[in-house]
Order: sequence, then C-alpha cells, then structure tokens
Amino acid sequence: MSTVLRGRAYVVRDNIDTDQIIPAQYLALVPTIPDEYEKLGSYALCGLPKDQYPTRYVADGTAKTAFPIVIAGRNFGCGSSREHAPIALGATGCTAVVAEGFARIFFRNCVATGELYPVECDQRLCDVFQTGDEVELDLDAGTLQQVKTGKVFATKPLGDARPVIDAGGIFEYARATGMIKK
Amino acid sequence: MARAAGKTAVKPGDNVWVNVDVLMTHDVCGPGTIGVFKREFGQDAKVWDKNKIVIIPDHYIFTADSKSNRNVDILRDFVREQGLKYFYDVIDDPNGHWVFDAAKGPMKRQYGDSFAGVCHTALAAKGHTRPGEILLGTDSHTCMAGAFGEFATGIGNTDAGFVLGTGKLLLKVPETMRFRLEGKMQKGVMAKDIILHVIGDIGFDGATYRAMQFDGPGASSLNMDDRMTIANMAIEAGGKNGIFEPDQTTFDYVNERTKFNGTKTAYDPIFCDKDQRFFYDKTFDLTKLEPTVACHPNPGVRKLAKELGNIALDRAYIGSCTGGKSSDFFAFAQIVKGKKVKIDTFGVPATPEVIADLRAANVWQVLVDAGVQMSENPGCAACLGGPADTFGRMNKPMKCISATNRNFPGRMGHLESQVFLASPYTVAASALTGKITDPREYLS
Repeated sequence: MSTVLRGRAYVVRDNIDTDQIIPAQYLALVPTIPDEYEKLGSYALCGLPKDQYPTRYVADGTAKTAFPIVIAGRNFGCGSSREHAPIALGATGCTAVVAEGFARIFFRNCVATGELYPVECDQRLCDVFQTGDEVELDLDAGTLQQVKTGKVFATKPLGDARPVIDAGGIFEYARATGMIKK
Repeated sequence: MARAAGKTAVKPGDNVWVNVDVLMTHDVCGPGTIGVFKREFGQDAKVWDKNKIVIIPDHYIFTADSKSNRNVDILRDFVREQGLKYFYDVIDDPNGHWVFDAAKGPMKRQYGDSFAGVCHTALAAKGHTRPGEILLGTDSHTCMAGAFGEFATGIGNTDAGFVLGTGKLLLKVPETMRFRLEGKMQKGVMAKDIILHVIGDIGFDGATYRAMQFDGPGASSLNMDDRMTIANMAIEAGGKNGIFEPDQTTFDYVNERTKFNGTKTAYDPIFCDKDQRFFYDKTFDLTKLEPTVACHPNPGVRKLAKELGNIALDRAYIGSCTGGKSSDFFAFAQIVKGKKVKIDTFGVPATPEVIADLRAANVWQVLVDAGVQMSENPGCAACLGGPADTFGRMNKPMKCISATNRNFPGRMGHLESQVFLASPYTVAASALTGKITDPREYLS
C-alpha cells in the first residue's frame, strides 16, 4: 500500500460537524447497501454553508470529489456518532483529513471503517492552505507538503490506528492478526 | 471499566476489552449496524446475547420518506430473525410494515402500544439503565445514561456490528474532568443552564476524549431528569462520557423502572475512588448561574438570556432526549399558562409516558390553550432536522430557540437557519415575546 497520498486539497475551518459532512435528511441511506453507499458519497460535505464554501466538495451531478485530501481546523467531525460521515467522505474518494483536532467518535469511526486516515497536525493548516492546492501527505515520514511553495509541515503519528486503517478497518485487521476467524 | 474488563484496576490511557451490558441502536444506524454484522459474521450469524440488545426506532418515524419507513422494517425483520427481547416497534404487528399516514398528519397519534419514543429517554423509562454497567449505543447522546452512574458512550455502526457479534469492544480509559457543583439554583435557572454554562466555560471541544464527572452537593441535590439533561450534553463539549455518582435518588428511579418490563433488576453500583486524580478540577457555584443560551453556530457560544433581548425569533421548539421530558414540559407550562405564544411553537414529548404525565396533570391542555402545537407522536422530530416533512423542521432560513442539545449549522433543517439552545423556561418566555427573553420576568 502506498504511504504517500497525493492530490488537491479542500480546506475547511473549525467545528465541521457531522451535519455539515452529511446532513441528517440523507441518513435514511444505509451505508452497507452498495447503491446507497455511492449516493452518500455524492452528498459529502454538502452541509457546508455555501457563502463560506462556494466551491462544493463534490460537484453537482458527480459522485467523486476532485479533492481527495481535506484540511481542517479544530474539532473536525464533532456532533453525532453517525458513521455515515466518514463513509460519505470515503465513498466520494477522500483518502485523508488533516486537522488540528478531531472529535472522538468521528476519529474512531474512521479507524473502525478504514475509510480514511484522520491525521492530526499541531499547526493551523487551514490558514496556510487554500482549496485547490496540490498536496502530498507522507504517512511514514509524518509530513504534509504544499507543492506550490515546497513548504513542509509535520503531522502527528497515527500510532496503533495506522495498521487498522491500512488493513481496511477493524474487522479486516482482526482477521489479518488472528483476533477473529477468517 | 475495570470490572467490565475483568481487571482489578485500570488507568487513563489503558486500552481494554470490555464486556458490554447493553447495546442500543435505532432506525438511523441500526440497518447499517445489522449490515456490518451480516457482512462480517455471516448471513446466518446469531447475536451474542438476545437479551442485551435494545432496538428503539425514534429518529425518522413520522415521515412519508419511504427509505425511513423501510428502515423500521429492516429492524423488525432482524428482531424476528434473532428473537431479540427488547424492540420498541412503531407498530404492534411483528410481521407488519410501517407506513406513515401523511393524510393523518404528524400531530395525531400513529403508533401502537410497543413504541417507546426517543431512545435515550426510553432506555431509562423502560428499565435499561443501571448503575455500574457499560451501555453503548449508536448515537452520540448515549452519554445521557451516565446520569445513572454507568459508563455510557456513543459508537459507530462498525463498532456496534462488532459488539453485536462478540459482546465486547476495545475502549480507551479516558482521563476525568471534574465539575464540582455547589449551592442551589436560583428560581428561573434549570439543569440545562448548568450544562450550557459548563460547555461555554471549557469550549465545544474542551472535554474531547475525556470523562466529565459531576459531583458535589449541587449534583446530589439534582433529580434524575436534571442529571440526564446534564449528562446528555457531555458530547457537546466533546466528552467521551458524562457521569454522576449513583445515590439513593438513582436507586429509587432505577428500582421503580426495572420492575415492570422484564429487564434485569439487580445491579452493583460503583462509587468514586477516594484518591481519584483529575485532569481538570473546578467548582461551580450554582447560586451564581443565570438563564443561559448557546448561540448559533455551536453549543459553546455562551451568552446570558438577558443580554440577547435584541434577537428576534421565528419559532420556538421544546422536545428531544435533553428537553422533552415531563419536567421540561411542566416548567414550560409554568411560564405560558394562561398566555399565548407569539411565534410558532412546537412541542414534541420524548416518550408516550411524557404524554400520559402531561395529560394526567392537565398540562397538555394548558400548552395547547397557549398556542403550542403539541404532537402526539414522540420522537426525535426536528431536533436533527430529518426528512423535509418532519414536524417542526425549519425548511427556510429562520431563527429558532430550542430546548434541544445541538445547534451546529443546519442542525434543525435549513442550512441557513440558526438555533439558540436554552432551558425550557427560557424557550417558553421567548415564545411569549418573540425574542430571546430571561424567564425570571415571568416567575415572580
């Protein structure tokens, strides 16, 4: 598995809660039903206020985002325990969220589902990066690079969560390590 | 957590496998949880314990949205297949299909005798909360059960699917933040004001990953409804769980409710360690608190109600796990009795028991006479927006004062609407004037 994730960044600020990631009216979609999984992806981050975020995370009429890496401020994923949130992001092609901090349940759901890497960074990257910036996230080295300036920022290690996400979630991890039967 | 993990002691930061006493899920996350369980354990797999799973449809029930109606049917099929003991179905026919009758509308009763209403309130009302246990639920406000002196927290579908199959989950022991409450609340101040004050103090992420412990004489003087209001909102400060030490008030409530529903009556309470160490320790003098409001756009934006008189409102809402209990409606009625609300005001009781309490005390009629649109269908309703036809949902940009627990952008419907969180007293007084109002003016 590649440990360097590349692509364009989508930048959001503090307190992006689960209602902004996937608004409540779409929660009747069941993530384990494949068609509904795809549909959830098409709504990812559609709850962001349009005046503050004129570029939509997933363009109208499409299912996949052009921005595989999300950069955020504090408390990303706060609010409800809905796993639809990391799943909607993962379904649309998001591979990582790099934030100053995560709400606990969102972080845990990212790990449990293996949908994406929730990476923490002490610096306030949402003030440095702009939506559309080309970035390189190196999970082994623990760095995030802004390609246009060459600036490199240190990210915090994922620790024990990393191998679980690498495996594709807790069930895959538990099978791979012999914790539960294959 | 040590007991649930079969250890003599644990410390913050330890990752331990705990045995789960109760797993709760509902209509929004239940179908996905069941999907994960079947995908991972097999189509013919059996749950770990059919008496320890509680399924409570409550989120998107009274809506014509076909997927939402279908999701209740998915729960029913699973309950039948697995022989689960505790399923609080909308309808009483175990082989039926739930279809909301839009012609009847959202206000007239559309549920059978099994239905229990909002999951967190119903867990307590139906005897599923007991001191010293581990309760996990696929909903962030599962922390409400910490009011009963148990470890209760919200989890996602994948974790819940794991618990369905194994009865266990790996949890990290949180550090504890202590909120010592002293003194008595003044007239016009409610438990909701305490928790809004605390969240304003530490910030919307001030307790992320941590346990919030409420103790001291001010905590033990609170009744169970008040403790539930406070524990419910631990998540709004990012907390992993909220917890009160159990006492006679807890035991009386639990003993009464575990009697009649076939739930386990025995429990073994756990009390605070004498040498407890805290990550944070602060004393709050309840006598100094005033009616408090969390302003748009998050629960940490704290102001006093008396400072916000210039904010004109479009509607008021009372309901949800946090604010839809009998005591919440009684407080609300105290203010509006004999008066008329000035703005659209919606009332959604948390459970059928609340409706019975309100009718028995003639408070239902008081509220209706005051112009409150009271729904006979308990549920989460507009607290989290829901499908477009949800009762009380804001379908255009509006300002709403609400007795609920969360006010991030778009929470109660329209993306550009604004929600102000307050106590039932403050919501009631504001409904009468059409602007944010300190309720003490109406309680002299």
